[in-house]
Amino acid sequence: MSDTPIIERHIISVLVDNEPGVLARVIGLFSGRGYNIESLTVAETDGQKGLSRISVVTSGTPMVIEQIKAQLARLVPIHSVRDLTENDVAIERELALVKIINRGDDRIESLRIADTFRARTLDSTLNSFVFEVTGNSSKVDAFVDLMRSLGDVEVARTGVSAISRGNRIDLEAK
Amino acid sequence: MATDGQARFSRSAGDTKMPKSAPAAGEKRDDADQTAMMPGAELLLKTLEDEGVEVVFGYPGGAVLPIYDALFKNNKIRHILVRHEQAAVHAAEGYARSTGRTGVVLVTSGPGATNAVTGLTDALMDSVPVVCLTGQVPTHLIGNDAFQEADTTGITRACTKHNYLVKDVETLQTTVIEAFHVAASGRPGPVLIDLPKDVLMANVAYRMEPDKAAAQARYMPQTDPDPAAISATVDIMMRAERPIIYGGGGLINSGPRASELLTELVQVTGWPTTLTLMGLGALAADDRHFLGMLGMHGTYEANLAMHGCDTMLNLGARFDDRVTGLLSGFSPNSTKIHCDIDPSSVNKNVQVDLAVIGDATRILEALLAEMKTRKFKPHKPSLDKWWAQIEGWRKRDCLKFNQTGKIIKPQYAIKRLCEMTANHDVYITTEVGQHQMWAAQYFDFHLPNRWMTSGGLGTMGYGLPAALGVQVAHAGSTVIDIAGEASFMMNMQELSTLAQYNLPVKMFIINNEWMGMVRQWQELIHGGRYSESYSASLPDFVKLADTFNMKGLVAQHADDLDQVITEMLETPGPVIADIRVTKDENCFPMIPSGAAHNDMLLGPDDQAEKPVSEEGMVLV
Repeated sequence: MSDTPIIERHIISVLVDNEPGVLARVIGLFSGRGYNIESLTVAETDGQKGLSRISVVTSGTPMVIEQIKAQLARLVPIHSVRDLTENDVAIERELALVKIINRGDDRIESLRIADTFRARTLDSTLNSFVFEVTGNSSKVDAFVDLMRSLGDVEVARTGVSAISRGNRIDLEAK
Repeated sequence: MATDGQARFSRSAGDTKMPKSAPAAGEKRDDADQTAMMPGAELLLKTLEDEGVEVVFGYPGGAVLPIYDALFKNNKIRHILVRHEQAAVHAAEGYARSTGRTGVVLVTSGPGATNAVTGLTDALMDSVPVVCLTGQVPTHLIGNDAFQEADTTGITRACTKHNYLVKDVETLQTTVIEAFHVAASGRPGPVLIDLPKDVLMANVAYRMEPDKAAAQARYMPQTDPDPAAISATVDIMMRAERPIIYGGGGLINSGPRASELLTELVQVTGWPTTLTLMGLGALAADDRHFLGMLGMHGTYEANLAMHGCDTMLNLGARFDDRVTGLLSGFSPNSTKIHCDIDPSSVNKNVQVDLAVIGDATRILEALLAEMKTRKFKPHKPSLDKWWAQIEGWRKRDCLKFNQTGKIIKPQYAIKRLCEMTANHDVYITTEVGQHQMWAAQYFDFHLPNRWMTSGGLGTMGYGLPAALGVQVAHAGSTVIDIAGEASFMMNMQELSTLAQYNLPVKMFIINNEWMGMVRQWQELIHGGRYSESYSASLPDFVKLADTFNMKGLVAQHADDLDQVITEMLETPGPVIADIRVTKDENCFPMIPSGAAHNDMLLGPDDQAEKPVSEEGMVLV
C-alpha cells in the first residue's frame, strides 16, 4: 500500500425482518469479510410488521464502506440500508450505566461531575453510585474516563443508536 | 411434538401409478379453498413439481426418510442417487449450468449437510442456482446434540446466498417458493432449506394456487438498467480509441440470449473481446474478435489488450484476482464501465468510472437500442491501429507447443479432443489444476452452457459429479470430464453412480502423475522442492473402469491418442481414458502472482529470468 487510505467512521442503519438468524447474518458478514464493528445495537421497531433496526458503527476506507452497504443490501431479510453519516445528517445517542465505588472527596467529586454531565443517579450505597449518562459516544467516553480517575468503575454501554434529522422517514420496508 | 402421531401414510403401493393431479386416497380435498391436506414431505414434492423440478440429486438418511417415502410414491420427480453428498451438489451445479435451470439437492441432517458444504460454497462462488434440501432432527431436539444433528443453517450461512430453517409446516410452501426465487433471480446462488423431521411429517394444507408474487416480494433485485447509465455508457463508447470488451459468467447466467446479443455487439462495434474462465462460450471461439481467455493463464494478446486499452466494457465479470493480477498495475489508463447484476461487485476490487446495474440481457438490449438511436459508429482509424497492435501480440502465438517425440503433450491431447469432437453435441466439465487451464486454452467453445468448471472456489473433484449432472440433463449428448488424475481421485466414488444409471460420461484423464499445478508453483516459487505433490499409488485406471463394468482405455504414446479418443467417443457407455502425458509440463502463459498483465511468463525460457516477488509469494 503506497498511500495511506483515509479511514472514516460511519453509522449504518439497517431495517431487517425480525426473524431468527438475521443478526447472525449481519455479524457473519462483517467477520467473514473482515469489516470492523465498533458498536452494534438491535431492537424491534415495528412489532406488527415484524421489523427490527440494526445500527452499526463501522470504520473503513470509502471503498470498504461502500462495499459494506452493498453487501448488507444483498441479504434477503434486509429491507433497507442507510448510511447516516453521509451528509452529516444523523443524531446519535448512547446510554451508559456507570457504577463507581469510592469514598470521601472522590465521592463528592464524582457526584459533581455526574451533575455536570447531566447523569442521573439510579442507585446509591454509602460507598457507591450507579449513574445513567446519555449522549454521543465521545461524551460517554469522557464521563467514563473521569469516573475511572475517581474510583473503581464498572460500565455497561448500549452502543450507538441513531436516526436522521429532519421531517423525512428514511427507512421504509421495501 | 404430537405431529408424528398425526402423520398419515395411508396410501398403498398401488397408488404410485396414480396421476399426481388427482388427490390420493388419504388426502382430504377442499375445492372451495383449493387446498389439499397432506404431510409436509408430500407438500414439499408437490411444490418442487410446481417449480418445474424434474430431477433431484440426493442421498437418503434418517431425517429425510419422510421425503424419500414420498418420493417412492411420486412418479414425476426423478431421483439420482449419488455416492457422496458433495457430489450431489456438484451434479446439481452441472445440471444447472448446462440447462440454465435450478439444480436440486436432497441430503440428510448432520453429515449429509456438512458433506454438502463444499458444493454449496462452490455454487456460491460461481453463482450457480441450486436449492439444497437438508433433513434436520425434529424441532424439539434441535440444540440437544441429537444423533446426526448439526447446526446446518449456522454452518451454511456463509456459503449460501440464503438459508431457511422451517420450524412451522404452515410456512413450508411459501418458503420453498421463495427459495427457488432467491436461488435463480438476481445473481444466482445456492439456497438451503433445513427441514426438521416432524415438520416433514406434520399435516398441512397444500394450496394449489399459492400467491407466488407475495412469496417472492421480499427479494427483488434490479434487472433493468438505469437508462441514464446506458446513455453514459454509449457516451464513453463513442470516444473509445483502444476499446476492449471483457465478458464473464454473468453473460452465461443471464441465458443464451445474452450471448447472442454479445455477438451482435461485437459485430456492431468490431471491438476486441476477451472472456473470463466462467464466460467461455459467450462469444464463439472462432470469432476473429475473440482474443481468448484473460487472466493468470490467459492469452498474451488478451492480457496486453486489457493492459493497454483506453476503454473497458465489463459485462458480467467481477474483476477477480485471477483476472486482474497486481491491482495497482491493472489496466492503468482505461475508462472502466462495469455492468453487473450485483451492486456489491462494483468497486470491490477495482474502482470503475461507471456502473450499470442489471441483467446482462437487459443491459445488452438497452445498449444496442441506444447505440442504434445514437447512430454509434466505432472510431475506425484508431480502432484499426489498435487491432494492428493486437495482431502483433497475437503473432507471438502464446499457446503454441511442439508435439515432438512419443510422449503426449497435455496441450496436444486436449487440442485433439477438441478437434475430434467438433461434430459432437459436446459438454465439457473439468476438475481443477493444470488440465483445467489447458482445457480453457485449447478447447474451443462456440456456445454458452457448454463449459462447466469450478472457477471461484477451485474445487478439485468437481468435474466428475458435474459431468454426471450434465449427462442427466442431456441424455443424448457427449459429456466429457477433462480431469487430472489427482482431482479425479477426489470424487471417483461417483463411478458407481455412472454405472448405476448407465450415464455415458467420458472421463478424459490428463495423467501426469503429479498434482500438476501444485508442482508448477513449487518449481516456480519454492525452489523445486516438490513437497507432497506426487500422485503416488495411482490405480490402474483401466482395471478401475473394469470393476464398474466400464470401458477403460489408456494412451501411452502420441500415436495412440487418436485411436483412444475415437474409441472413447464411439463407446456407448461411460469410459475412463487414461492419457499418459509429459510429467513436467508447465502451464503457460502465466502471470505470476503479484505481477501485472504486462508482466507475463510466456514459456519455460521466461521463468528463469523473472523470479516471483516477495509480495507475490504470499498470494495464492
